[in-house]
Amino acid sequence: MDKSIKIKIDGKGIIAKEGQTIVEAAEENGIYIPTLCHLKGIIPSGSCRICNVKVNGRFLTACTTKIHDGFEIENNSPEITELRKIIIETLFVSGNHYCPACEKSGNCILQALAYQYRIMIPRFPYIYEQREIDASSPKLILERNRCVLCKRCVRTIKTDDGKNYFAIEGRGHKARIILDEELAKTMTEEKAMKAMENCPVGCILKKETGFIKPIGERKYDKESISKVCVK
Amino acid sequence: MSQKITIDPVTRVEGHGKVTIYLDDDNNIKQSRLHIVEFRGFERFIQGRPYWEAPVLVQRLCGICPVSHHLAAAKAIDVIVGAGTGDKLTPTAEKMRRLMHYGQIFQSHVLHFFHLASPDLLFGLDAAPDIRNIIGVAKQNKHLAVMGVMMRKFGQEIIKVTAGKKIHGTGAISGGINKHLTIEERDSFLKGENNIDQMIEWSGEALNFLKNYHRNNKDFIDNFASFPSSHLSIVRKDGAMDLYHGVMRAVDNEGNRILDDVSYQDYLNYIAEGVKNWSYMKFPYLKHLGKEKGWYRVGPLARLNTCDFIPTPLAQKEFEEFRAYTKGKPNNMSMHYHWARLIETLHAAEVMKDLLNDKDLLTGELIVKGEKQSEGIGVIEAPRGTLFHHYRINDNDQIAMANLIVSTTNNNDPMNFAVNEAAKQMMQGKREITEPMMNAVEVAIRAYDPCLSCATHALGQMPLEIVLRDKNENIIQVKRT
Repeated sequence: MDKSIKIKIDGKGIIAKEGQTIVEAAEENGIYIPTLCHLKGIIPSGSCRICNVKVNGRFLTACTTKIHDGFEIENNSPEITELRKIIIETLFVSGNHYCPACEKSGNCILQALAYQYRIMIPRFPYIYEQREIDASSPKLILERNRCVLCKRCVRTIKTDDGKNYFAIEGRGHKARIILDEELAKTMTEEKAMKAMENCPVGCILKKETGFIKPIGERKYDKESISKVCVK
Repeated sequence: MSQKITIDPVTRVEGHGKVTIYLDDDNNIKQSRLHIVEFRGFERFIQGRPYWEAPVLVQRLCGICPVSHHLAAAKAIDVIVGAGTGDKLTPTAEKMRRLMHYGQIFQSHVLHFFHLASPDLLFGLDAAPDIRNIIGVAKQNKHLAVMGVMMRKFGQEIIKVTAGKKIHGTGAISGGINKHLTIEERDSFLKGENNIDQMIEWSGEALNFLKNYHRNNKDFIDNFASFPSSHLSIVRKDGAMDLYHGVMRAVDNEGNRILDDVSYQDYLNYIAEGVKNWSYMKFPYLKHLGKEKGWYRVGPLARLNTCDFIPTPLAQKEFEEFRAYTKGKPNNMSMHYHWARLIETLHAAEVMKDLLNDKDLLTGELIVKGEKQSEGIGVIEAPRGTLFHHYRINDNDQIAMANLIVSTTNNNDPMNFAVNEAAKQMMQGKREITEPMMNAVEVAIRAYDPCLSCATHALGQMPLEIVLRDKNENIIQVKRT
């Protein structure tokens, strides 16, 4: 039997299971902590920092930090909210995100987070980085203008013998997602579709399947991401 | 002291228009021009995008008739995905798209007549600008204003249930449509408070309002800014009016067919676009007649001149009256655009009623695909006229070339003629431009319902500029409203 652990999130006492991360414990208790690079079921990387919380006065990523007895966690404080807004705004200005004609609109986590945190306009200037689209693979298009370098695709989409289809090439602002040219040729329909689903934004697009899901029926069309995620 | 006002290029066509008028020694009108000073750019920046994005992305060039661009692009992409040239879509997909389109025609025509044109008719060309707008209409004739608002709402709601959103939806996708109509949605239009029968009745009422105005202002409606021209549209294969799909047909000012039964996939063999250094808008013309004689009008007036009949009973009756007025010959009177537009409004309402009662909207296959092609052309009769979308893709499914001939572009030459005629009739020999004269020029432009905000009564903020020059091209007077 799992050992129970008592922690507090925003002053509210909750009971969670030993071994759970803060994100998992919060979700099980109906508390929303935003995530972007994290995907349920895979090892968290804590790279996007959107899940940052304050644990006993220290900033920690909630997706990677396992709970311990006595954790007092700040999640919804003005300080944390402001920090998250800054992260979201930074992601918007460092890419070229044009939601209106994006296939992922309504299913996009970045867009949903912007709505959740009521971001009207970023406080930082847009960089308008020149990013090239790679449409050379038979099944996928990499729309790098929208990539947030979360590595979800790198971590989850692999061949049956464990090879990576995706990788990050370059460093700093030149870092970009790439797709193995040879492996891409043999990628199955299912894997291609999974790659598109796992991408939190509209970077990985499955060819010839655009806009099948009508507006109004998409994941975050009717409810905010905080409600969708804690059901 | 004279001055020259320059409007820098701004995005999208809706926005600023500029009229220049040149005078000769005797202060007669030598030349008038409607300048479109905006640069679009969509044909360029769509390049490199995945082809299935075209219907969703390109429609963003318009906020009034995005559905027309959405569907014209979708029709072009249908060809690319091997879904045929309008003949292979599933019944559900074709009928849902038609419902979306006729909803768009309905709301756009209503918007134009009630919100933009009716203030001129209700108050007269020389009424004060502060009452010559939709608010003024609401104060003077509440019923007319309510009709306008509710009819437009109906059309917008039809768009919402077919496209997903009232503006910039995603309903039409490569090879079909992405949703059915639900029974609840259908019943709200058939049985709701302001239902489709009410829309048909109000369409007839609006038509009677205009016909009554025509009877009392015959000289103005028949002669103002009139000039002979050719007319072009698509018609159904059997000659019926069809605003969603058909073959290209054009008639000259005498009614002779100068283009007939032409597949729009071959449009480049018949239509070319000229350019002039004083406008960002191109000047399309029929190739075999050349630049000077090949220009034509599009839109409601043209469509009623090219088709043989309207396939719904009430609109057909009105069509017969309309055609009888010119003894079966093409109608070349600019102000009769309003009449034609309201007949189409009635027709759109009748078509929507038929479609709403069609069970194919509720169930059935949504998408069809076939052998992929590298090029596709989609043409539709948008509210303002014939709309061409043409795309070519590369081996990676990216758009490599896009060519758009937008309805208002087709009417470029005609609008310039109309401006010239209006200027001659209202300003000939006069050195001072008065506000009613300027409005008269706008009324001529407005009849064409161009996709420019100069065609709107923007509550006193019309961005129309008129420049009056003497024979040496010196500016005598510049007026901006």
